[in-house]
Amino acid sequence: MALDNGIYIPHLCGLRESERPAASCRLCFVEVEGLPNPVTACTLPVSEGMIVHTRTPRVDRLVRTGFELLLSNHRLRCGKCEKNENCELQKIARERGLKLRLSRLRPLTTEVPVDESPKTFKYDPGRCVLCGMCVWVCHHQTKVGAIGFIRRGISRKVAAFGDVPLGESRCTECGECVRVCPVGALTFKEKFWGV
Amino acid sequence: MELQGGEAEMIYAEVEGVLQRHGLEREKLIPILQDVQSKLGYLPKEAMQQISEALRIPEVDVYSVGTFYNQFRLNPPGKHQIKVCMGTACHMMGGHIILESFERRLGIKEGETTPDREFSLERVACVGCCALAPVVVVDEKVEAKVSPIRVDGILLAFEIESKKSGEIEKLVEEEGRTQ
Ligand code: SF4
Ligand code: SF4
Ligand code: FES
Ligand code: FES
Repeated sequence: MALDNGIYIPHLCGLRESERPAASCRLCFVEVEGLPNPVTACTLPVSEGMIVHTRTPRVDRLVRTGFELLLSNHRLRCGKCEKNENCELQKIARERGLKLRLSRLRPLTTEVPVDESPKTFKYDPGRCVLCGMCVWVCHHQTKVGAIGFIRRGISRKVAAFGDVPLGESRCTECGECVRVCPVGALTFKEKFWGV
Repeated sequence: MELQGGEAEMIYAEVEGVLQRHGLEREKLIPILQDVQSKLGYLPKEAMQQISEALRIPEVDVYSVGTFYNQFRLNPPGKHQIKVCMGTACHMMGGHIILESFERRLGIKEGETTPDREFSLERVACVGCCALAPVVVVDEKVEAKVSPIRVDGILLAFEIESKKSGEIEKLVEEEGRTQ
């Protein structure tokens, strides 16, 4: 990825270790000379002599709309969020000059309860951007397989079998998912940060 | 959902049979779930756990597939099945209010079944009689222009019916005793 060479492309879902990127966040669009349409950078292998434009009007438009769509069901309350100042959404907004608020879309947030059941961390579905990184590490790195995506469309969410609170699931509370979450959906409880 | 007497054994045996027929590859997950549902009428948690063990995949992955597709139901069909139309016309005419009334009255959410398994509640897409919106299909019967009051009426009718049949049973029993 371009990141190694100091070029920033917005991304939420791309995981270097994953062989088949989920390409679910739709924020890493770039234009490549010779290809008719913008493509997601995370699914595109680099090749010799490839000319990539990371900022074009088409790319900017796609990213702006994709970003606003993500915010439209996000419980935006940065001041009260554990990830404030350390959040990928904030970073993208800063890098691309986007606003952390809705201008064209209607908010679709519902007040969902925060799952406080695990001892060391908590899970706020209202702040999840469905990037899938937690699900990936839970399956492929820790090999626990406690969490996954359930349902579909607007009700899609990360949950355990039977949608029980995480503390009652097979979750071992290893905390790996919390470490990869790019936003304030999975966060450690106060005294467990950094352990 | 609480299982009833003997149900656990029945589920186990049926799932075993389906698994044997399909083999234990992950690619067979959807056909396996379809077969289990057609045998049992729904996908009990116990069945999904059994399948996940047999296919050696995390149980949440089976649950993920089971909750993604509309064709799968996670709760047993009730004795009476209530389907609230959420098609465009019914939606415009307040279908969600009707759904909410049922949810409140039955104490369950859409997609669930009452603990006594008398009623199951689901939302369906246009049932083809939009002029009668909002429409509810109760068992096979179409209820037209349903209002929250009508919701009470529909459920009351079932209550009376089941009370009556209960009384008749009692009468028959008593008769049997006196003879
Ligand atoms: S996750 Fe990020 S954008 Fe969302 S509320 Fe927290 S700090 Fe703000
Ligand atoms: S909980 Fe965090 S890591 Fe998991 S899908 Fe949501 S945003 Fe991504
Ligand atoms: S990083 Fe490419 S789509 Fe999310
Ligand atoms: S929308 Fe309900 S019957 Fe057509």
